[in-house]
Amino acid sequence: MTKKILAVLEQREGTLKRSAFEVIHVAAKLAKDLNTSAEAVVVGDSISNLNEIAKFGINKITHLKNSLLSNYSPSAYTDVINNLSKEIGCDILILSNTSQGRDLAPRLSVRINAACVIDCTQINISGNDIICRRPIYAGKAFVDVKILSENKIITIRPNVFKAQASESSGAAEIIVKEITSPDLRDKVIEFKKAEGKLDVAESDIIVSGGRGLKGPENFHLIEKLAEALGGAVGASRAVVDAGWRPHNEQVGQTGKTVSPSLYVACGISGAIQHLAGMSSSKYIVAINKDKDAPIFKIADYGISGDIFEIIPALTEEIKKVKHS
Amino acid sequence: MKIAVCISHVPDTATRIKIGGDGKTLDPSGVTFIINPYDEFAIEEALKTKESLGTGEVVVITLGAEPAKETIRKALAMGVDNAVLLKEDVSRDSLGVAKALAEEIKSQNAQLIFMGKQSVDYDNSIVGQLTAELLRYNCVSVVVKLILDGNKIIAEREIEGGREVVQTSLPVIITCQKGLNEPRYASLKGIMAAKKKVIEEKTPAQYIPSTEIVSMNLPPAKKPGRIVGNDVSAVPELVRLLREEAKVI
Ligand SMILES: Cc1cc2nc3c(=O)[nH]c(=O)nc-3n(C[C@H](O)[C@H](O)[C@H](O)COP(=O)(O)OP(=O)(O)OC[C@H]3O[C@@H](n4cnc5c(N)ncnc54)[C@H](O)[C@@H]3O)c2cc1C
Ligand SMILES: Nc1ncnc2c1ncn2[C@@H]1O[C@H](COP(=O)(O)O)[C@@H](O)[C@H]1O
Repeated sequence: MTKKILAVLEQREGTLKRSAFEVIHVAAKLAKDLNTSAEAVVVGDSISNLNEIAKFGINKITHLKNSLLSNYSPSAYTDVINNLSKEIGCDILILSNTSQGRDLAPRLSVRINAACVIDCTQINISGNDIICRRPIYAGKAFVDVKILSENKIITIRPNVFKAQASESSGAAEIIVKEITSPDLRDKVIEFKKAEGKLDVAESDIIVSGGRGLKGPENFHLIEKLAEALGGAVGASRAVVDAGWRPHNEQVGQTGKTVSPSLYVACGISGAIQHLAGMSSSKYIVAINKDKDAPIFKIADYGISGDIFEIIPALTEEIKKVKHS
Repeated sequence: MKIAVCISHVPDTATRIKIGGDGKTLDPSGVTFIINPYDEFAIEEALKTKESLGTGEVVVITLGAEPAKETIRKALAMGVDNAVLLKEDVSRDSLGVAKALAEEIKSQNAQLIFMGKQSVDYDNSIVGQLTAELLRYNCVSVVVKLILDGNKIIAEREIEGGREVVQTSLPVIITCQKGLNEPRYASLKGIMAAKKKVIEEKTPAQYIPSTEIVSMNLPPAKKPGRIVGNDVSAVPELVRLLREEAKVI
């Protein structure tokens, strides 16, 4: 018997992240299916948009507050969430599989004596069991995992469970708990923002460039197309290894795994390690002069031609239709 | 100071996955196994740290079956001093791995431990954090830059949109991300020396699993897409499809 579900929400600079609403949506649905209730928790200083949680299905949230906790501290966040979870008697915790969620979930799992299942794309109930589906081998296969322990921690892959706001729900009950002397054995003392505007891991549209671009000086073509589409710039490992692009843009098995709505691969051959990181994208467009390039096998739409002619034309056409 | 590195033995990233007869595991026939790519950064950082301290010992720890020794030999060839194989034929879930590693780290009394940020087989990326929590050690995950100053640690971890600079202290587990360093190649001398080194074998304490894989499957095959055209004249049609059919722009 499940006692209670806790949705662990992430804030950045005092605002709940988009992924937090997916966590609420999943926790609320699971609570309904298991015939129990769900609450939420967030750690931080002042947070602006806590009231919005009600629209996504949870109407009680505990805000664990301290000005020293506005930035992430693994030790302190683990401590205060663990304490709250025990206090209100939760046995299932849901987090988003963001950098912070993935860092925090295993620590909490040791504290509350729970199995920790990471990066789930489905959560199914079968009799008394919870079975989570998660990709492995960078998406080349997936497994269904049954959780045997009584307490459970699950992180959900961002962008997979679509949270939908309902207009009807009222205000959320917000309980503020001041935290005194948090355990700051480790803490974030600075955030260094990356140069790129949007991060590939968080963007719904990605335009990636590969060795077909011939040199770093041609990547402005990719940047302009990404800008026209409102997306992020990605890269193959070949161009990252060559030093043309920073590693945080690398997509693939040893780079980032992404699942945007639209992925545009320009001058990328489609090696298995690249496909592993992006094949779950909703729509894939490939532009490559080699009509036999493996990338076309998984692309929804392709143009077999020269990127140096096609990308600028595509950028102009997109600007045109967006402004019409 | 004793520095530990935990490494795992995984299928090559170019492997085409075939599901085994039990429907729950990878069919290992024809699969080449390699050292987990992220663990090479862990080995390099351990060796670099020892070199800059001018003293110390680097020990590599692996939980796995007999064939994992190949991967351990590669670490020894890179310059690692000693190796322990926690020998077990069946594979464990992450918590089970962490329990075995924590036990061994404690008995080695290592204060600085390097792991990879993720194994490229099950893509869990949690063994480092689990192990640290079991030992009540500090832990910084997904590290791309590390400064060790006496007992003090400043580590930069990669997150969405940038890097977090984390301040902490020993004992600590660092999980390594690409960008932290350039792993060295094993020298011929290193390879020869590695052949002579003894890999100590131990039996890990028994573990009762907390999860069970009920099935493993391949994703549904994607239906082949459409080549819209072979030059710029296809661009308007592509944009129309993205707008009207896919509805993504
Ligand atoms: C352990 C390991 C991990 C790896 N991890 C990753 C990873 O995470 N991500 C990753 O991407 N790779 C990874 N790789 C590397 C991968 O195997 C490939 O080498 C790499 O993806 C190739 O990059 P590319 O497609 O840019 O280059 P190439 O394979 O060289 O392809 C360039 C393409 O551009 C096309 N082209 C050239 N000129 C033009 C033009 N004018 N117009 C149109 N098309 C043109 C060519 O036809 C070709 O298809 C990994 C490899 C290993 C061994
Ligand atoms: N069987 C193992 N033996 C030793 N180290 C391991 C083992 N499994 C995982 N690790 C370490 O934990 C890291 C993260 O693995 P994982 O959480 O499984 O993705 C790896 O990069 C290794 O450093």
